[in-house]
Amino acid sequence: MTNLGPLIPRNREIHPVAYDPDYKTSVARSPRLPLISMESTPGEETGPRFGHGLIGPLDNNLILNWTGGKAPAVGERVLMHGRVLDENARPVPNTLIEIWQANAGGRYRHKKDGYLAPLDPNFGGCGRTITDENGYYEFLTVRPGAYPWPNRGNDWRPMHIHVSIFGNSFGQRLISQMYFEGDPLIDRCPIAATIKDRGQLESLVAPLDINRSRPLDFLAYKFDIVLRGRRQTMFENKLEGM
Amino acid sequence: MVQKLEALVETPSQTAGPYVHIGLMPTYAGNPGYYDQEVGTSPIAAGAKGEIIEISGEVFDGTGWALRDALLESWQADAAGKFAGQEGADPAVSGHCRFAADAVSGEFTLRTVKPGAVPARGGKMQAPHICLWIVARGINIGLQTRIYFDDEDNSADPVLARIEQKPRIDTLIARKVGDGKYRFDIRLQGDGETVFFDM
Ligand SMILES: [Fe+3]
Repeated sequence: MTNLGPLIPRNREIHPVAYDPDYKTSVARSPRLPLISMESTPGEETGPRFGHGLIGPLDNNLILNWTGGKAPAVGERVLMHGRVLDENARPVPNTLIEIWQANAGGRYRHKKDGYLAPLDPNFGGCGRTITDENGYYEFLTVRPGAYPWPNRGNDWRPMHIHVSIFGNSFGQRLISQMYFEGDPLIDRCPIAATIKDRGQLESLVAPLDINRSRPLDFLAYKFDIVLRGRRQTMFENKLEGM
Repeated sequence: MVQKLEALVETPSQTAGPYVHIGLMPTYAGNPGYYDQEVGTSPIAAGAKGEIIEISGEVFDGTGWALRDALLESWQADAAGKFAGQEGADPAVSGHCRFAADAVSGEFTLRTVKPGAVPARGGKMQAPHICLWIVARGINIGLQTRIYFDDEDNSADPVLARIEQKPRIDTLIARKVGDGKYRFDIRLQGDGETVFFDM
């Protein structure tokens, strides 16, 4: 692949803090020493590429993909859609997006989730797709339930969908979570609160997109994702070969 | 007033949480058969050129406890120092792997080909290394680090040269423990804290 040049340095202030005593697991899992900052190298500027051939026809349909289309999952039908862009506002085409989530009752299909809400026999809880040439993607799923988790005495995760994105290079690798407009649990969640910039937290809250909703079928939520961009190198070409 | 920049702000990270495996490694999470082909099951296919190696280790938290729920991704060049997709790259090396700390023991193993040296910007050569990215519950933004090798010459590597406290370089170097076998432990915090990068 062509190396598209150096990545724009990450602005760490717009990301969550590593250490946050209100999110107890972060206390022993956060580095105490400063990160070593330096310009990206080919290892960060290149990355794995995935072809559309990887994706099966139901991979982005979480309502049907666990049963192979035989029976739909229980829950409120939701379309999650949006674009992947970079910091230079350019679309990121042909990039892999993977999502995972709890079922409508707030239970994950994971061997370590023992929450008393039942599993839905028709719901697996993960999906994936590759953005089109304009950076668009979509998933059909059910609205995930809120769930309790052991942290402080009575903490609940707001409704959320976990999202993993590649971009074009390993240095753009990102995992985040999409929240839903209007969920009162967002402001009580210590994980959401690891992001100290209010505007940045709001960028994870997907608005109801009534115009993309399909009457008598599903509600839509719009979630755009921004990845690190490339630094413009027009006047630096001489440096490249020095 | 000034003109407006068209720049956007990167989407903030959130922790991958305790159930990251259902999304990224469904078979490992107990849900086999979800996808026809899972992502990152091996960085190499049959016939990959070069030395096949195994790197094992644990990811320790600040109390010395090995994480049982960490998920790691690696990205590397082939034995000749070329990344997948570059001209002349070994078609049997995808270079990308996903692997998890064992849910019982906490140990991970990466089986791959030993990478070749890769040029940095400006033409300097970097010593052979594997880029690593670590996510888990309690890690709010994925941690970038690197695996170098103690049987390679790392003395001129421009990335390692940027580390002021020289003893910390040891945290990035896998120790050879047998034929084709290396040990690489990661310490998130405290004594011997691994060097993490922002690059
Ligand atoms: Fe979750």
